[in-house]
Amino acid sequence: MAEVKENSKQKQPSTKKEEVVIAIKGLKKSFGEKHVLKNINLEVHRGENVVILGRSGTGKSVTIQCIIGMLKPDGGTVKVFGDDVAEMNEKELKELRIKMGFLFQSGALYDSMSVRENLEFPLTRVLKIKDQAEIDKRVEEALESVGLLDAIDKMPSDLSGGMRKRAGLARTIIVEPEIILYDEPTTGLDPITSREISDLILSIQKKQKTTSIIITHDMECARIASDRVVIMNDGEYLAEGTFDQLHKSKDKIVGSYFQDIL
Amino acid sequence: MSEEVAIPAWKKWFEEIGDQVGFFVQFFKNIFTGGFEWSEFVRQCYEIGYRSMMLVGVTSFIMGVVLILQLRPTLVTFGAASMLPKTLSVSFVREIGPVIIAIICAGKIASSIGAELGSMKVTEQLDAMEVSGANPTQYLVVTRILATTFMVPLLSVIGDAIGLFGGFLALNIRDSMSFSLYFTKIVASLDFTDFLPAFIKTIFFGFAIGFVGCYKGFHSNKGTESVGIAANSAVVTASLWIFVIDAIAVQITSLLFYK
Repeated sequence: MAEVKENSKQKQPSTKKEEVVIAIKGLKKSFGEKHVLKNINLEVHRGENVVILGRSGTGKSVTIQCIIGMLKPDGGTVKVFGDDVAEMNEKELKELRIKMGFLFQSGALYDSMSVRENLEFPLTRVLKIKDQAEIDKRVEEALESVGLLDAIDKMPSDLSGGMRKRAGLARTIIVEPEIILYDEPTTGLDPITSREISDLILSIQKKQKTTSIIITHDMECARIASDRVVIMNDGEYLAEGTFDQLHKSKDKIVGSYFQDIL
Repeated sequence: MSEEVAIPAWKKWFEEIGDQVGFFVQFFKNIFTGGFEWSEFVRQCYEIGYRSMMLVGVTSFIMGVVLILQLRPTLVTFGAASMLPKTLSVSFVREIGPVIIAIICAGKIASSIGAELGSMKVTEQLDAMEVSGANPTQYLVVTRILATTFMVPLLSVIGDAIGLFGGFLALNIRDSMSFSLYFTKIVASLDFTDFLPAFIKTIFFGFAIGFVGCYKGFHSNKGTESVGIAANSAVVTASLWIFVIDAIAVQITSLLFYK
């Protein structure tokens, strides 16, 4: 991995003193003959926002799907809070998932339910909260934090792309997860809405002290939301550093991501 | 993302059987573990039962009318026109009613469940439910399968009644028979062994419709065309299962009651 060492007066990578919450070692994953992940190593520290950049098909989404246990690795280990995800039984995996949030590219709102019911779902089914007053309070707080309180009784089909993403984000943060995995949170959105979502990701990190991995192609999102950026190429990590450090990198592939950034 | 690898057809078939057995085990496990989703179950009963009532009613009515119109000339030839209520009631309650109503339910309910769950899979809603720590099998599968298992027999009983009423109206087009006489003849000709085995097999029909719809939806691929494939495949497979179950049920009933 071509780790970037240049100094920057702006954001610095994590000091590595904080607790490691996600530790990936030698991760491999194949689909048939196609080796999507060849050897992935990554440590994410508590409270850190790590952005993973890479071309389509380089295995970024597969990496976060291995972290949350949607896919089983073919080799290597993925440890979250010190426990190997692949070794967990159904109950342990469920308990882990309660501590983690996953924002899907499409928002993945349950389209037979209103926005309110979408947000109530994890509270009643996962956290098993029975008190309706508390449920209402948390739903309203979560929607307010993403600026979507007016749409509380709307159906997902009545929402725009940006609103769906925000509603999806509200549903993710309502259970106050310690880790949030974002799968291309700004894809398909206009630049203004993309920026709003990126700002939201940053404000959630500051407010809820979450640890996040953000998969994106959006350099503006990476600039706003990242503490550290990792670039993946062909199933392996190519470079790692802060946004500004990578921006100044002399590496040809790394440079190609930043060529339109002033 | 995943690359298509050529798998022999026989291996695919065995894999599918294995998947279905696994799905069946998951369904039963989830009935008894965790909390039962009563509100979703009631909603599904309404969607599946009440919303299919009109279709089942109209079809059964027409079937009753058509059967009388078709049977009459043959029975009249043999001077057995008075046997019309008995012939209709026995054939309708034992066989035609349950099977036709189940086939209609397969077309309406299995396809709608397959399409709904298939669409949820395509739009990552099933994945979202699973990674949130909720249990999609408990919320989506258990409620739908139990709702079809509960509602299809009910629809079948209602359909039988409407079909027999249609038969009464059709009978009075050419002949004249009072409702009380028609009703008395039907009750006299129907036996416990006509009704109960037919009712029991509709429970299995309902289970098959819900199970196939849920399985096809849950196991659809992640492409928009797979929603259509899931719906279509759910109807075809559920219809096939209905005939297989019917054949087995008739054999068992014959052995037990009609020696």
